[in-house]
Amino acid sequence: MQAELIEIRNHLSQFPPFNELPEETLVYVVNNIEVAYFRAGTDILTLGEPNNYLHYIRSGAVEVYRRTGILFNRITEGAVFGQFGLMLNKSVRFPAKALEDTLIYLIPEPVFRHLWETDDNFADFVELEDHTRLRTAVSRRESSNKLMTARISRLISRAPVTAPTTMRLQEAARMMAEESVSSLLLMDESVEPPKMAGIVTNRDMRTRALAEALPSETPIGDIMSTGLITIPAHAFIFEALLSMLHNNVHHLPVVEHGEPRGVISLSDIIRHDTQSSVFVVSHIFHQDTVEGLKKVSRDVPDTFVRMVNEDANSHMIGSALAGIGRSFTQRLLELGEAKLGPPPVPYCFMALGSMARDEQLVVTDQDNAMVLDDSFDPEQHDEYFLALAKFVSDGLAECGYSYCAGDIMATNPKWRQPLRVWKEYFTDWILNPKAEALLHSSIFFDLDGIYGETEFAEILKKLVAEKASRSQRFLAYMARNALNRTPPLGFFRTFVMETDGKQNKTFNLKRRGTAPVSDLIRIHSLACGSLAQNSFLRLRAIAKTNLLPEDGVNNLRDALEFIAIVRIRHQALAIEAGREPDNNVRPEDLSPFERSHLKDAFQVVSNAQRFLRYRYHAPAGRNIS
Amino acid sequence: MLYSRTRHLKSGAARKLSWPERLRKLQAETVDPRLQAFYQAGWPDPETPMAEVPMVAMDFETTGLSPVDDSIVSIGLLPFELARIRVAGAHHWLLRPQVPLHPTSVTIHGITHSDIEDAPDIDEVLDEILSVMAGRIAVVHYRHIERPFLDVALQARLGEGIQFPVIDTIAIESYLHPKRSPGWWAQWVQGKKPISVRLPDCRVRYRLPHYPPHNALTDALATAELLQAQIQHHFSPETPLADLWL
Repeated sequence: MQAELIEIRNHLSQFPPFNELPEETLVYVVNNIEVAYFRAGTDILTLGEPNNYLHYIRSGAVEVYRRTGILFNRITEGAVFGQFGLMLNKSVRFPAKALEDTLIYLIPEPVFRHLWETDDNFADFVELEDHTRLRTAVSRRESSNKLMTARISRLISRAPVTAPTTMRLQEAARMMAEESVSSLLLMDESVEPPKMAGIVTNRDMRTRALAEALPSETPIGDIMSTGLITIPAHAFIFEALLSMLHNNVHHLPVVEHGEPRGVISLSDIIRHDTQSSVFVVSHIFHQDTVEGLKKVSRDVPDTFVRMVNEDANSHMIGSALAGIGRSFTQRLLELGEAKLGPPPVPYCFMALGSMARDEQLVVTDQDNAMVLDDSFDPEQHDEYFLALAKFVSDGLAECGYSYCAGDIMATNPKWRQPLRVWKEYFTDWILNPKAEALLHSSIFFDLDGIYGETEFAEILKKLVAEKASRSQRFLAYMARNALNRTPPLGFFRTFVMETDGKQNKTFNLKRRGTAPVSDLIRIHSLACGSLAQNSFLRLRAIAKTNLLPEDGVNNLRDALEFIAIVRIRHQALAIEAGREPDNNVRPEDLSPFERSHLKDAFQVVSNAQRFLRYRYHAPAGRNIS
Repeated sequence: MLYSRTRHLKSGAARKLSWPERLRKLQAETVDPRLQAFYQAGWPDPETPMAEVPMVAMDFETTGLSPVDDSIVSIGLLPFELARIRVAGAHHWLLRPQVPLHPTSVTIHGITHSDIEDAPDIDEVLDEILSVMAGRIAVVHYRHIERPFLDVALQARLGEGIQFPVIDTIAIESYLHPKRSPGWWAQWVQGKKPISVRLPDCRVRYRLPHYPPHNALTDALATAELLQAQIQHHFSPETPLADLWL
């Protein structure tokens, strides 16, 4: 290059897709650039006319129109246009007009074609319109995280150490010691070929065998854990991590074609990723006092920031933090039972809302409830359960999970009821829907049993899945409520701002971003009778039905991921700067990249809301945001 | 309206001969074969609409302001047309000046002694320079630098100078703002500021982006863009070349 044209080079190098071109390619582009000036109001591209250039705005502003003449977009310095016609038949598909006096750098078609054919990043950028560009932004982020890209098979260093279920306890212990493994995979050898029957870990040996002083000739099968949770060898490491966090297990047998290939443990993952959130989880279960738990909870924001900095995706971060929240709750229940004695009747402790959805972040309050056995007698038993609920709720508040403002907590007698009553609650919500009542109860449609008789929660999930899909009125009211909160996108793709307490112009990325999306997804998921609670898993279930066009599902997934990750990054930045994390974002704090993709994402949400209204015949709602 | 007003551009510089006549005469009189080839190139007719005129934006960095006492340090040439400036055609030469670099000028154009140590004398690259310029109307910002400097440099080396038509973006700007320097009364009483015709200031008036000045090629690009903007705002692609060349 004529070094003297560094001016053009420097400008291009600040804007996508040119910012990611290798230097020599950038020089090649600069050397072939043509420059043209357009006075305000003049046509730059006219529909149907030939076009042989990719247009790059060096200064000024341009309006791009649809062929129908409707304004499609207003773009400014650093943006490109004209690519769609260029890729198709070299004639203009989207006419463009100079809104202000504009200087355009033109990239001739042969150069464009060369970049398009040889540079994947460039091709992705120019090929994809709006939402599809968003998808690429999301997937590119994910590719840089090692937990997201590395597969389980990498962690398997040896074949699994297996033993028949009939092996004597002492022999099994000797085998674990000799092989120096922390778990033993047990095979049922009464069938041919033998199949996996269960697993025994060091901890099982201590708590179930030694502590109980079992005779050494006891068959090891007597103390094994059955109902094995396994993971395929081709799964990603983060999926194993999520499975461990969700199921609260520390060992996962890895299978391939139905055969055990190895066992991975929590410590394998910690070794692979020394800053993993599982550290916090394992610390939680070592605490014996609320004070100890409180100390551990101070590490949670740091863990969150580390995961963000390692480019984890929102599903992973949401699951990890929900896993941490779940662990605090579980440990508090264990400590509570130790203090108050064993429960008089079986019960299930339920998480609701974001924890149940595996979509928890650092700014969160507690939403929980208790489902008691039908033999529950308030006179005799409620004193115990109130005390337990209070112990857990206070403990969670100590650990940073503030009390629920809407009083949706197990301490509230209304939400501490036997299974029979819970069934009535859900049946009433679904069969006799009232918009106002549903507004307050929609949180119960994200539920997860996290302790005790989790079967109770499963029964409720199944009841909801069966009844909700058949009640059009219920779906219509839920849809109406979901339309109350709209994305903050105004005419001309501008952000609609609110004024926060400090008089900053902001928009709330939870209330007007992730919440509307998870509301939408919940309704489609209820309509298709899925048992899934997590928004991404719900989308997977929705994709198997004809409820939404295939593209609709993918677009919603990308929109949710992008809005969530921007929200997460916003909170992580606040924590790093020593500020209180919140959900209020100022547009000027976003990069041009984030701003542009957020607009794409909000557009997707807006379209999806329109579809929701139409699909479920939602009655006209009112805007409460 | 524009056509009649543009005649003002030449009021002070009325020529005995028109440019076509002068170029023909120069071609007949010149001795150096390189200059002969230059004059022989097909020059656009004076009535050619601006949209069809081949042009070359030209900018020199020099050791000072006097064509007689100072020398050229670098040349930027950028061929272009009204609708398009093609970067691929850009040329830039560093030259070894005949007079020592003055510390003040070094601070302006940033070209230092070590930069020009191995640079050629203009004579060695004259072929290239003239072939880029031939047949194209030179566009400069302030016509009293490039043309006289090149004329003097060639007289010293070939024994004969060079003449060619130019379009001057400062002349256009001065014509557009005939009273650009308000009288003392207006400045003092009405607080009117003189209108600057410096290249960056002219560009601001057409909302062209800021380019750092004093690099010959960047300035040539900046000048070419300025002419595109001036013609779109105040003239038309059909304006005949004869209205603008000097």
